[in-house]
Amino acid sequence: MSISVQNLSKRFGDFVALKNVNLEVPSDSLTALLGPSGSGKTTLLRIISGLESADEGSILFKDEDVTTRSARDREVGFVFQHYALFRHMTVFENVAFGMRVRNAPNGEVRERVNELLHLVRLEGLGQRYPSELSGGQRQRVALARALAVKPRMLLLDEPFGALDAKVRQELRTWLRKLHEEMHVTTVFVTHDQEEAFEMADQVVVMSQGHIEQTGTPQAVFDNPATSFVMDFLGNVNVFHGRVQSGRVQMGPFSLQYDEYQNEEPRNATAYVRPHELDIDRSPSQASLLGKIKQINPAGSVLKVRVAVEEFGVELNVDVTHYRAKQLELKLNDIVYVHPRSVRVFMPETDYVI
Amino acid sequence: MSAVKPSPGRSLGGTLRQLVSGKHRSPLPGFGPGLAVTISWLTVMLFVPLMALIAKSVSLTPAEFLTAAWSERARAAYMLTFGAAAIAAVVDVALGLLFAWVIVRYRFPGRQMLDAIVDLPFALPTAVAGLVYSSLYVKNGWFGQFLVPLGIEGAYSRFAIVLVLIFLGLPFVVRTVQPLLSSLEGDIEEAAASLGASRWQTFTRVILPSVMPALYTGFALAFARGLGEYGSIIFVSTNIPYKSEIAPMLIYSRLEDYKYEEATAIAVVLLAGSITTLMLINWLEARNRRYAR
Repeated sequence: MSISVQNLSKRFGDFVALKNVNLEVPSDSLTALLGPSGSGKTTLLRIISGLESADEGSILFKDEDVTTRSARDREVGFVFQHYALFRHMTVFENVAFGMRVRNAPNGEVRERVNELLHLVRLEGLGQRYPSELSGGQRQRVALARALAVKPRMLLLDEPFGALDAKVRQELRTWLRKLHEEMHVTTVFVTHDQEEAFEMADQVVVMSQGHIEQTGTPQAVFDNPATSFVMDFLGNVNVFHGRVQSGRVQMGPFSLQYDEYQNEEPRNATAYVRPHELDIDRSPSQASLLGKIKQINPAGSVLKVRVAVEEFGVELNVDVTHYRAKQLELKLNDIVYVHPRSVRVFMPETDYVI
Repeated sequence: MSAVKPSPGRSLGGTLRQLVSGKHRSPLPGFGPGLAVTISWLTVMLFVPLMALIAKSVSLTPAEFLTAAWSERARAAYMLTFGAAAIAAVVDVALGLLFAWVIVRYRFPGRQMLDAIVDLPFALPTAVAGLVYSSLYVKNGWFGQFLVPLGIEGAYSRFAIVLVLIFLGLPFVVRTVQPLLSSLEGDIEEAAASLGASRWQTFTRVILPSVMPALYTGFALAFARGLGEYGSIIFVSTNIPYKSEIAPMLIYSRLEDYKYEEATAIAVVLLAGSITTLMLINWLEARNRRYAR
């Protein structure tokens, strides 16, 4: 079922949690609300679920306005960061809860719960208590419990936030697969961009109570709409410079920048991702001379820090293991660094000098 | 919950031996001296006096013991003592849960004041409580002037005993339920709501079962308090044998007659009764606590 959020605003006292938020979540999609803490992502999720109410704006499920409906009547499955399992109930009874309060017949409950326990791969653990399960297992119980009532959508609030890295990774892959099997519209909140990009069909990047950008993971990563998005989605190297007449001037070298053809110079910030920088032994066009300060292996790449005296900055460069071997990179080597691509953002409220 | 917890698969004896031999010293300091002081204190202050009490009563022959401890008057006193304590404890459980709920869940002016006042019965000399209660509920007292015409005798009656015991037992329930209630994450109530539970269902199926162990403990404490109460009841009750005489009062009157053996015999029965009740409640609580590990 599609979700439509229209002109939503919410304050907590003086704190503006959401201001005029608009969002469309397509039916059967997996959408990630991504942002730093305090960006309003959890508040937005809670308002969609009905656990929180909006000050202004409306929430539509398909064509139906549910703004004034309570959480109880919205038929939404909600999964909490800290599981929120009923600790005095067995796993079986936890999953059965939603059906029990609807007075579903025993046989039906048993059938559905066993089916769900199978789905979340917890068969045979039905008689355990939550305290006897691991974190990952508890979260799967919470998920089964939310699914038991056949919700119209599934909302997850930092579902893997309290789990360790390996379990997290497993659950991500598993949840993505589960989503493909079940086709339930799913929205989850995360502050982990990797998690959002790995799982979601649609990523919604939020900051300070508003949406910065909405799009597919690829679109958001390749074409960040704002400097915030650029900055938030992984490491960046930042250069401060000027734009004027279609060129960006950053210290000693300049680049083509067609978006700004104005004669008048403006401040601009250029962002380069670590994997968009190349290291070489010999200079090329638009390269910076620097000294290698640090080399750390990080998974499939080496993270190299290069101090560029000219700019007074240290650059983070991702180098493949193969390339590093080829160049025989060592600490304190003098190398040339040049960007393959650069993104330039001009602050919206910039003073024209 | 306990600080020194034997690791799974190792007996307590094994753990103790290791602690004593020092091969695997616990990082927690003071186990040896701590245990020694605890045990000697319990021996001197609790165990020896109880043994002396039993020894004294044993100097009676079984027949004498029975006449002393199981006379009609004594039985009436036991009934009243246990009955009044039980009724008061039940009321305290309901009231205490409500109090704790209000203090934990709502923010209102005077909340901290209320929180502090709950403990008052702990500190107040019970004789004062008894005196105040009886003066409020007598025919021309503040409450009595309205209640007595309605046939509600809140002073010098069995009802009066229950009333004052409710007052004395309440803080025990509030103080045992309160921490558990505040440890319950608010999100379990939200979870219940999002699963379609009504407020009432959330309360009866989620909150109440979660605080059940604390309610048992609170009940046990309030009940035990009621059994032992003496100071306030002599003021609010008429202390008429067979009617409104509690067991501690009966013990007192036996002592006044210099019948020490008879007094201790009654005390032994009272003791046995309360130990049985407390053990029963403990068992119920333990059975209920399986999940709370």
